[in-house]
Amino acid sequence: MNNMIVLPMAIPVLAGILFIFFRNNIYLQRWISLFVMVANIGIVAYLLNRVQTEGVLRLDFGGWEPPFGILFVADSFSLILVMTTSIVAAICLLYSFSSIGKARENMFFYSFVNFLVAGVNGSFLTGDLFNLYVCFEIMLLASYVLIALGGKKAQLRESIKYVIINVLSSWFFLVAIAFLYGSVGTLNMAHISERISESGQTPLLTVISIVFLTVFALKAGLLLYFWLPGSYSVAPTAVAALFGGLLTKVGIYAMFRVFTLFFYHEPSITHTFIGVLAALTLIGGSIGAVAYKDIRLIVTYNVVIAVGFILVGLAVATPEAMEGSIYYLIHDMIVKSLLFLLAGTMITVTGTTKIDEMSGLIRNYPLMGWMFFIVMLSLAGIPPLSGFIGKVLVGEGAVNAGSYILLALAFLSSIFVLYSLLRVFLQCFWGETIISTEDEVPVKKGWMIPCAILTIATIGIGLGAESLYLYVSDAANTLLNPQIYIDAVLYE
Amino acid sequence: MAGTNNLILRTATSLISFLLLGFGVYAFFAGHNSPGGGFIGGLMTSGAILLLYMSYGMKTVNQMLPINFKTMIPVGLLTAVLTSAGSFLFDVPFLSHTFGYFYLPIFGEVELATAMLFDLGVYLTVVGVVMTIILTITDDQ
Repeated sequence: MNNMIVLPMAIPVLAGILFIFFRNNIYLQRWISLFVMVANIGIVAYLLNRVQTEGVLRLDFGGWEPPFGILFVADSFSLILVMTTSIVAAICLLYSFSSIGKARENMFFYSFVNFLVAGVNGSFLTGDLFNLYVCFEIMLLASYVLIALGGKKAQLRESIKYVIINVLSSWFFLVAIAFLYGSVGTLNMAHISERISESGQTPLLTVISIVFLTVFALKAGLLLYFWLPGSYSVAPTAVAALFGGLLTKVGIYAMFRVFTLFFYHEPSITHTFIGVLAALTLIGGSIGAVAYKDIRLIVTYNVVIAVGFILVGLAVATPEAMEGSIYYLIHDMIVKSLLFLLAGTMITVTGTTKIDEMSGLIRNYPLMGWMFFIVMLSLAGIPPLSGFIGKVLVGEGAVNAGSYILLALAFLSSIFVLYSLLRVFLQCFWGETIISTEDEVPVKKGWMIPCAILTIATIGIGLGAESLYLYVSDAANTLLNPQIYIDAVLYE
Repeated sequence: MAGTNNLILRTATSLISFLLLGFGVYAFFAGHNSPGGGFIGGLMTSGAILLLYMSYGMKTVNQMLPINFKTMIPVGLLTAVLTSAGSFLFDVPFLSHTFGYFYLPIFGEVELATAMLFDLGVYLTVVGVVMTIILTITDDQ
């Protein structure tokens, strides 16, 4: 019995429900939610090792056999992502303990964080297309609340935009599912894949695949990222870090699933399309990252660049590029949350978001400054750190596939990332110290410890890439050979 | 509604809301074999309670039905999650449901299914959510 597979989604849901009863017991809520995330890390680590020996695991809900019932499927790719999600969520919770404030904590903040994580984990684990939609909605509903919680003017304005764009894209998602169900007559992902390969990917199915691409591009911020910088910059720091680390990654995951499992028969159309979108995203994100002087906007445009970069790997679709994308996805989830946390802390201590109003912070906050430096190097892909291996593998894949334009854009975007963050570093941390020792806002331990853990994690992933390789290569292998997934779901 | 005489409304409400309540509960129980179920039953029940609120006012109904609809939501969710998580105790796949035939005094032999407990969770959640939304909007000045 693989009942354990449901736990990464079921435990956060249960915790989120229980917190409503203990509304006023904040300490209990804090430590239980932290415990939930840590327990998830343990469960997923166990499952991940089981997948290496036993192959793809599945859990049929209610005992109904696959094409007929809904199910959770755990392969290396989804488990790696669930693991990273749990780590990021645990760190963001740790940061929110000392930063989110009592008013929000009393308004069910921890419940919604748990529901958000449940939605994200469910989206990663599900093996049914409609279930993916439902998990997306769980995640989005929780994120609507988290973005609006606090009720400031800017939050309300941006949350309206965010809700409208997501309602629209969810509607497109439903329509796409309806089209696909009408064409192939099933919702089970493995079964859809099999039906499509039996009938061949007809032009109609290719059109449906483009509708799916539109949906996930809206969710992930692939070219259609116009809503992203605004919404991500109004939320409180811990929430913004959660969003930056998790939300767009679910869209990316769905795109990987859909275009490696269902629509892989016409890469000359679909994957070229993804390639073009990724290229435009890299260009747009790079322009955005260097154009602004608001640190929150610089950071959010860096999220956009990373989305483009990861999807270069999908567009190229060679084994190396897939592995590179998976490495980069893990790296990006961790480092983007760290970047958001550091940027948020900088805004808290200086009281401004403009980088030309900050200066000389390194004298007041040396630890923060050097952590920012490490993040910058890691995002740019400097060798000992975690961004390096992903970039190299994606680059290798692009060279092997002969996509030199994508290769050039991907690596040029690294320079833009480096430039945009170096500008922040030079402008804010170096130069004349503007905050005198008396006016210093004391940095709480609760702000620096989570950042330090993530910094250690990015160094650790960079140095320990070899030990992760076993899982990453298995994940890439399953993605590139859909038959493994289909066999595990339908024929075991 | 001070000062207005709404005798007809109130008399009709006390009759209709009980019919509605009864029909809501009927729809909830009928869900397994005919149209109905937790969602529609919950909606009809909240419709009945809402009718009471509309004709008698907040104060009277709050005294009459001292239920905190906000806690009804987590209670309902908890019921649904725990019925599915019960599968851990019996070592069957998550969300498994079972049923059995029982002899009850008046009804005779009936089929009782654990799926109904899940539905009860849905029912409570729907009533709680609908009433919370409406009462929150009404409270807002």
